[in-house]
Amino acid sequence: MKRAESEGGEGGNAEKGENEGLLVRRIRSGTVIDHIAAGEALNVVKILGITGTTTEALSIATNVPSGQMGKKDIVKLNNRELSKQEVDRIALISPHATINIIRNFKVCEKKGVEIPDVVEGLVRCPNPGCITNTNEPIASRFSVTGKGLRCAYCDWIIGHDITSYIL
Amino acid sequence: MHTFYRIGWRGKATRHIISIGDFDRRQIDRLLDNAKRIDAQKFDKNALFGKILATLFFEPSTRTRMSFEAAMARLGGTSLSVGSVEACSMAKGETLADTVRVVSGYADAIVIRHPKEGAARLAAQFATVPVINAGDGAGQHPSQTLLDLYTIRQSMKLDEINVALVGDLRYGRTAHSLASALSLYGANLHTVSPKGLELPASLLAELTGKGMRVTDYNSIGDAIPEVDVIYVTRIQRERFPDSASYFDVTSSYRITPETLANAREHAIVLHPLPRVDEIDPRVDSLPHAKYFNQSRNGVPVRMAMLQQVMQ
Ligand SMILES: [Zn+2]
Repeated sequence: MKRAESEGGEGGNAEKGENEGLLVRRIRSGTVIDHIAAGEALNVVKILGITGTTTEALSIATNVPSGQMGKKDIVKLNNRELSKQEVDRIALISPHATINIIRNFKVCEKKGVEIPDVVEGLVRCPNPGCITNTNEPIASRFSVTGKGLRCAYCDWIIGHDITSYIL
Repeated sequence: MHTFYRIGWRGKATRHIISIGDFDRRQIDRLLDNAKRIDAQKFDKNALFGKILATLFFEPSTRTRMSFEAAMARLGGTSLSVGSVEACSMAKGETLADTVRVVSGYADAIVIRHPKEGAARLAAQFATVPVINAGDGAGQHPSQTLLDLYTIRQSMKLDEINVALVGDLRYGRTAHSLASALSLYGANLHTVSPKGLELPASLLAELTGKGMRVTDYNSIGDAIPEVDVIYVTRIQRERFPDSASYFDVTSSYRITPETLANAREHAIVLHPLPRVDEIDPRVDSLPHAKYFNQSRNGVPVRMAMLQQVMQ
């Protein structure tokens, strides 16, 4: 494990700037997803399966000024540490996102996201004639290719608008 | 007995035959070699004696089913035939996954045809016996592609040939699978199709990405002198707003003795059949016409497929 640093980097700086108090507060423990492509924060939340009915305290900041990216989004999740599998799903829509696991206000782990080879049960196949869009007892399954996600059953490809097919 | 099967994705070790895309060139060649041996009567007539094939057809395709059943009988095996009406009532309320698990208990292999794309891959996932895909919706139909390749190979080597695809190239799945398979052999593709029924852009990108040269033509007459194989597919009436525009299109894409006047001497004409108006019956007596051979070749090719999955 990496030496503990204080939570921050760019996210921290942004908070200390003119937006202080308006933007999200530091969290005691949980996950900070930083460097999300501007405008994608809500999709990141969707891809993590967080809906109005889940119990996590969640804060979202969008279009935060960023030295590297111009603008970025940040998502903070209280009291939940994301698993490797969950983190890698984020790569599908925001490959430059970074994940900070926070414990007692300190960054305990910092990791990038890696595009997975296969995604299962995350998105639905856009092909209405696909067997996965019936009542069969299977999860959707897509292989990740250079052109997008390819349905393992019917070979249809989801190009760039992955988020509109999230289950 | 079949516990060594595992769920396979994209050509991993299984004995199912789901998509021609799961085959590499060596595997195709081996299957076609076996079909050739069978065609020359060099096969064991009891190779599949005591084996049972279930043909599970959720939509009608009498010829494909008969061809598989004939192939099974010639190898000494028997078939349990489930027609489309029975298959549907059998499946009433039941998932395909369950149907396939049950039928696995009755038979040594399953041939499946189903209206949904990907149905055969799902069946293979749940079956405990080998599954052969005999067409799933607009998806794959590997036995057709294998018999197309086999028929071409009876007339010429498959390497670096020039093949014209004519007709509905947008929805014509047989043309898509054939094109993908031919890309393994360094073939050049020549496409002739009505406006709106062109090869899908994604497939075109995939083929050219594999190094295939694809040339599109406005008229069939321009393509014919350039090619060794003319593969004609059916243009369906329902793709057109009215019968007048359908008639216009079909008449300009029709293969006649006149359009074949400039064909190479050894060039062959193929069609997955049934044909409607795409090929003039006067072509039937020309040496170019190979579509009835193609349909007859379904039996030895399917015999080779059955032997591959069951032996
Ligand atoms: Zn699909």
